Amino acid sequence: GRPQHSKMYCHPNDILPLTLTSATQELFGCRCDEDVTGDNPYKILRKEDIVQDMRMRAAVSDFSPMKQLVLDYPEDELLLVYDRDFIYGSSFYLVLTADAKERHLKPVVALGVEVALEREPSEVFATQKTSEPQPWISLGSEQEIEEESVTDSRPRYRISRVRREFGAPIFFSDRNAMETKDGFIECTPYQDKNFSLKQMERHTGVQTIPNLKSSSTQTQWTYPRSMCTQYEPREFSEEKKENCLQSEKLKNFVNSVASRFEMAIQQNEIMDVFFDDWKALSEEDSGYGRKADPHLKEYQSFTDLHFSKEKTISNINWHPTINGVIAVAVTERLSFEDRINGSTKLLLNPSLILFWSFSDPINPQLLLECPDDVFSFEFCPSDPNIIVGGCMNGQVVLWDISTHVEQLQGTRTNKRENETPVVRYCAVSGIENGHKAPITDIQWLPGTFEVSRMGVPMENKNGICVQIVTCAPDCCVMFWDIRAPRVLQTMADQRKQKVEEKPLENPHGVPNTFKHLDLTWKPLIRLQLVLSTTFCPQDGELVYTDWKLEKDNDSGRLFSAKPSHRFIIHDGQVNTVRRSPFFKDIILTVGGWTFAIWKEGVTNGPIIQSSCSQKKCTVGYWSQSRPAVLFIGKEDGNIDVWDLLEKTHEPSQTQNITATQITCIKPWIVSSKQHLLAVSDHLGTLHILEIPWTLRSPSSNEKLSMSKYFEKEVDRLVYFEKRREMRAKEKKDYEAEELRKKTVRYSI
Amino acid sequence: VTVLIHHCILYKKAEVEETLKRIQGQKGVQGIIIVNAEGIPIKTTLDNSSTVQYAGLIHQLVMKARSTVRDIDPQNDLTFLRVRSKKNEIMIAPDKDYFLIVIQNPSD
Repeated sequence: GRPQHSKMYCHPNDILPLTLTSATQELFGCRCDEDVTGDNPYKILRKEDIVQDMRMRAAVSDFSPMKQLVLDYPEDELLLVYDRDFIYGSSFYLVLTADAKERHLKPVVALGVEVALEREPSEVFATQKTSEPQPWISLGSEQEIEEESVTDSRPRYRISRVRREFGAPIFFSDRNAMETKDGFIECTPYQDKNFSLKQMERHTGVQTIPNLKSSSTQTQWTYPRSMCTQYEPREFSEEKKENCLQSEKLKNFVNSVASRFEMAIQQNEIMDVFFDDWKALSEEDSGYGRKADPHLKEYQSFTDLHFSKEKTISNINWHPTINGVIAVAVTERLSFEDRINGSTKLLLNPSLILFWSFSDPINPQLLLECPDDVFSFEFCPSDPNIIVGGCMNGQVVLWDISTHVEQLQGTRTNKRENETPVVRYCAVSGIENGHKAPITDIQWLPGTFEVSRMGVPMENKNGICVQIVTCAPDCCVMFWDIRAPRVLQTMADQRKQKVEEKPLENPHGVPNTFKHLDLTWKPLIRLQLVLSTTFCPQDGELVYTDWKLEKDNDSGRLFSAKPSHRFIIHDGQVNTVRRSPFFKDIILTVGGWTFAIWKEGVTNGPIIQSSCSQKKCTVGYWSQSRPAVLFIGKEDGNIDVWDLLEKTHEPSQTQNITATQITCIKPWIVSSKQHLLAVSDHLGTLHILEIPWTLRSPSSNEKLSMSKYFEKEVDRLVYFEKRREMRAKEKKDYEAEELRKKTVRYSI
Repeated sequence: VTVLIHHCILYKKAEVEETLKRIQGQKGVQGIIIVNAEGIPIKTTLDNSSTVQYAGLIHQLVMKARSTVRDIDPQNDLTFLRVRSKKNEIMIAPDKDYFLIVIQNPSD
């Protein structure tokens, strides 16, 4: 059962609350608020007095309920406490034990520490009195807990039985509540009228909408079928257009809107409002911190004591597909006379092309054997295993290194073979078919291109490079086709036959008297010509012509057209003719002590010509990544780096690479972070240099600036030409005028 | 009198031509197209395929722009539309019966 709420005040066991009537209070001298007060609530009563009072007044005495307790009290005096605040429910309470009395009268100084603080601190520990446990004084807090705690407060039922059945077993049985009437009390549900109120008035908003109807349908799905539609825009006929153009309405319209356009267009011309100056500014500064070292850093250098001793390197080529492999053609460092004198020795010492790999700076990876010194060689662009070379005796040589490719790539396991493999040439042209002078340059025609017998360029259906062009100081330019005549074998078939002497075709390109040529092709081809005329080896003449063959009507012979332009600019041999990789019509020529830049189509002369340098320029090359930079090699081993946007009167920087003449320069882009420059010198050493950031990273709009610069130079040339003409005309007029004056004078 | 009339017609036509030439001569202008209200090109300085493409696409754009302006304020109307892209700017002046489209490359 639920614990009953009672206003019982809990009191400790050793006190007993009691109420004293005023008569008793007077009798014992403990009147409320007179004898005993809140401040002084204690009153000592003598036990004897209490006993006598009880005897005297018996049941009326206030002390009668505790008669036994008083009698049991050990001492003679009891303590009566005035409970002014009714803490225990009555106005007084009687202390029942001696201990409690002691406690009340002399409250324990549980504040022993406080007392000690008044004295010296050193005496704290001596006099500290631990508090003794006091009886629990209930202040009513356990009331709530007791309320919540479950106690067995179920009312107990009393059962009475007749006496004779005492001790007899009891039999309980069940009875269904439904059986008897009033066995249970039911609380039947009923309809509460409160919940069936009808709302008679309601405030609501109404809006009309169009009639909505939802319905669905299913398309008939037979089978999917491809369909297409073709349309054509509507167009007007010419007549109709004319009519419209002449209509009054159009005229009015155009006149009225024209001003808007002009304003808008001029706005755009004045300033580009969408151009982010801030962003554009930052690009220039991005390289500021790294401008530290603009020099070419030596990366690696290759020289072979065995094979390139006493020799020089005539040409360098990076392997187009294998990273870190470079091939050099090693030739004798002898003049013509010495060659003739020492020809026997030369026969024993074969000419070679060495393949170097970055992984091994001491031993070359591969050697290609050549019938004679090779001045120029090239990898086939469509198949880097095919290499063609032009020899000193005018022969054209082909090698196939497909069996040694793995070694070059460094994937072969037994690399350490002590013996560098030698590859013999697999095909060579006949001596009588070739050039009569050393082949100075050789190039592959691109795979999309081929030339017919008549010199007409055609589309090459194969997609692989099949034709080669060679040139030599015998004023010849020859085209070679590596396919077998008449039967178009694939290149692979041909390569399988490692025939010793296989005379190659010379179907066309019949020579003619040329000085030397700059062949105008599609921009895919970069043609390098080396050396100038045979008549004057020192002559630096440049010839520009079309190589198409024409038929001479008289003799039926094929001959090439006359050169369209000839220039003598360089005062020495022209050793380099190169197209810029960024501009299709800009060509660099290097010869003698100067270099010149030409633009195709501008026939007045070079658009830029450098000043004479102190030493001869031996070779030149455009930078692969910066349109304005070119490298010039000198005969004292210096490399001049020209930045045409920085200065054009002298090189931007000069760096000494080696002590002897530089024979070849070839740059190569390994990755965006590494650009290498291969430089070979006259002593046979190959230097690989790293191009610093400043020289390989183009500034913003560099190409645009360069093209503008070239245009400006062209304009300058044109202007000079005009001025020259004008001057000539002026001079003529002046002379005529003078003459006329003279005659007039005489006539007078 | 016939001569005079003839002269007038020529004069009218020349005016349109003249105006167009003046616009075309401005720096950076790549092309001019006159299109009628249905999107059929009437006169152009570009090649046929580009013209037709521009005419078709721009016609739809102008319709949309015009309806946008008029929806916001029915008494307003579109007078000039400039579409600026990375490579160039297309300027369109619409009218009741015609559009004039000019393409300019501002950085040239």
